[in-house]
Amino acid sequence: MSATSYIERYQSIADELPGYNLPWLNAVRQLALGSFESTGFPSPREEEWKYTNVTALEKKLFAPSSISTSSTIDKEWLETHKLADTWTLVLVDGYFDPKLSDLVGLTDKVIATGIAEALQSHPHRVKALLGTTLEKESHGFLAFNTAYFSDGAFIDIPADVILKKPLQILHISTRNEALANTRSLVGLGRNAEAKLIETFIGLPNISYLTAAVTEIHLTENAALDHYKLQVETDKAYHFGGVYVKQDKTSRFYQHNLSFGGLLARNEIHAELATAAECEMNGLFLAKNRQHVDNHTLIHHVEPHGISRETYRGVLADRARGVFQGRIVVHPQAQKTSAEMNNRNLLLSEDAEIDAKPQLEILADDVKCSHGVAVGQLDSESIFYLVSRGVDRETAKNMLTFAFANEMVEKIGLESLRTKVQDHLLNIFPQTGIRRDWL
Amino acid sequence: MLKIENLHVRVEDKPILKGISLHIKPGEVHAIMGPNGSGKSTLSHVLAGRDGYEVTAGTVIYKGKNLLDMPPEERAREGVFLAFQYPVEIPGVSNVYLLKAALNAVRKHRGLPELDAFDFLQMIKAKTKLVEMDEKFLYRAVNEGFSGGEKKRNEILQMAVLEPSLCILDETDSGLDIDALKIVSDGVNSLRSADRSFILVTHYQRLLDYIKPDQVHVLAQGRIVKTGDASLALELEERGYGWIDQTMGEAA
Ligand SMILES: Nc1ncnc2c1ncn2[C@@H]1O[C@H](COP(=O)(O)OP(=O)(O)OP(=O)(O)O)[C@@H](O)[C@H]1O
Ligand SMILES: [Mg+2]
Repeated sequence: MSATSYIERYQSIADELPGYNLPWLNAVRQLALGSFESTGFPSPREEEWKYTNVTALEKKLFAPSSISTSSTIDKEWLETHKLADTWTLVLVDGYFDPKLSDLVGLTDKVIATGIAEALQSHPHRVKALLGTTLEKESHGFLAFNTAYFSDGAFIDIPADVILKKPLQILHISTRNEALANTRSLVGLGRNAEAKLIETFIGLPNISYLTAAVTEIHLTENAALDHYKLQVETDKAYHFGGVYVKQDKTSRFYQHNLSFGGLLARNEIHAELATAAECEMNGLFLAKNRQHVDNHTLIHHVEPHGISRETYRGVLADRARGVFQGRIVVHPQAQKTSAEMNNRNLLLSEDAEIDAKPQLEILADDVKCSHGVAVGQLDSESIFYLVSRGVDRETAKNMLTFAFANEMVEKIGLESLRTKVQDHLLNIFPQTGIRRDWL
Repeated sequence: MLKIENLHVRVEDKPILKGISLHIKPGEVHAIMGPNGSGKSTLSHVLAGRDGYEVTAGTVIYKGKNLLDMPPEERAREGVFLAFQYPVEIPGVSNVYLLKAALNAVRKHRGLPELDAFDFLQMIKAKTKLVEMDEKFLYRAVNEGFSGGEKKRNEILQMAVLEPSLCILDETDSGLDIDALKIVSDGVNSLRSADRSFILVTHYQRLLDYIKPDQVHVLAQGRIVKTGDASLALELEERGYGWIDQTMGEAA
């Protein structure tokens, strides 16, 4: 496989990677490298990658950045992507940038910094979190990420701490043909509560690859609202995986908003212990030749878990969408309640969606349901609007916007909700939806 | 206002309307009654411009223009309004958004400027009072989760806002409780004027106690089989449609 070109390129920076001097981390990286060497990036022959072909990556060579090569960031541009009233961790081209970050007022009980920094200051905490959510995972991207991650965010919230403000991780790409390869770790102690937004952006018009892996460990009764807003440039490649280990009675509420990128793959996986609760909401929009793939996986491994999953997709032009949603209810996971729903709207005859729900139920006393629908706009609804004097085009646009906006309305965080609505209005400017009327 | 001549309509190759003629002058109220499946909603939909209906013969002239040539949005802008028998739920589109979009489209067509936010809100509030609707309904998605009666009231609210010339109410009274029926009827009556006409499709004479019709037509099997004044509705209430069938038989 032509993963070799990546290996050659990245081996040359291996001794600049964080934790190079730590034997345990070196061992982890070596193991991952071995696996990446043998598999390369995922291939469509793998069942879980059937609908998304990333071989284009191997033909290109997205090169690593180093801290010194990252460009200066236009502060004004950055501000438009920062959320008001949050603490921010900024990652530029794969490196934590403390100067652009803002953690003023964050309690010193919480560790919030870059991984490289945390490996110096709190190596044991990093060791405790790294890889804990990836035991059941394996594919080329993850192996590559583990072998070569350059930095990432490290957030460790101890027991009983309830964060007053949300935390935002801003993943920024500034260089053409470059790769930002990050591993972020998030740990919440017993009863801790937080809100975390991960935003992915790039400077206008550049082509780059993001490979971002976030591992989240929620200890007993912890609660995290996690939002992922992927608005990469339309020439970008994005692989973003969020892997969550939920201890008993923990709660994880996730919103996956995937609007950007030429090719995007979002993985959101969670494993639920006793009476843990998990909500996954997704909205993906694609137009032109965009390809967006959402891969979700929920393991119910212990009893009384609850999962609710709602995904909506809107595909225009020649765009292609994928929803693979898998729920596994393990034999011990009695009294599990799991719901999955996916609805997709195709706005053109050339748009395509592969929607594949998979329920594997190995326990007998469970409540599970799933539904998938693919369709065009409802003609009765169009007629109703048109019969009120609205023209046909506007009627269709109103219905399209409404379909997407219903998912946006689920976002509890108002500052983010408004931002997401702005993106929505920008993506479909022809909808002529009036901001002042919403 | 409206001249329907010998209108024949098919749905999926099945003839539904078989020669309807109906003349409505400005300011008049015409009630259309008739058994289930006789074609009342079909007539309403054809007038509003819904697709799926094939007009095989006949003409419809509205304010001197050929109504059947106009796309539905143009009919609406020209002042035709259909209150649906089964109003459609539109999740994600708020009532107030639809009202604004519709009103602006209609005003633009009439060469009027957009209402500014303040005037719009004042106007809309006054109209919600007219149909005794709570203002919070304005911010809910169109008809979503509304009760049957609330949906019907919402139709009348839209009608009151758009101020059409020809109002077609397809069983707006069905499913209303006694108080709601009174409210809806009062709403309609307040909209009555010398240059606004109504077609009331109904199964119940009770509605006509509140809204006095100029004429009552009985539609059966796609034809108007009897026309009379308000007393015809009373007679139907007493004797049912069987009696009409008999007179039809005699006439044939
Ligand atoms: N799309 C359709 N395909 C086939 N038949 C249809 C269609 N639409 C209407 N019809 C038929 O046309 C006839 C008239 O229907 P319509 O809805 O106009 O009746 P109606 O008088 O409004 O009845 P109701 O009092 O029950 O509302 C019915 O027999 C109905 O089944
Ligand atoms: Mg009907």
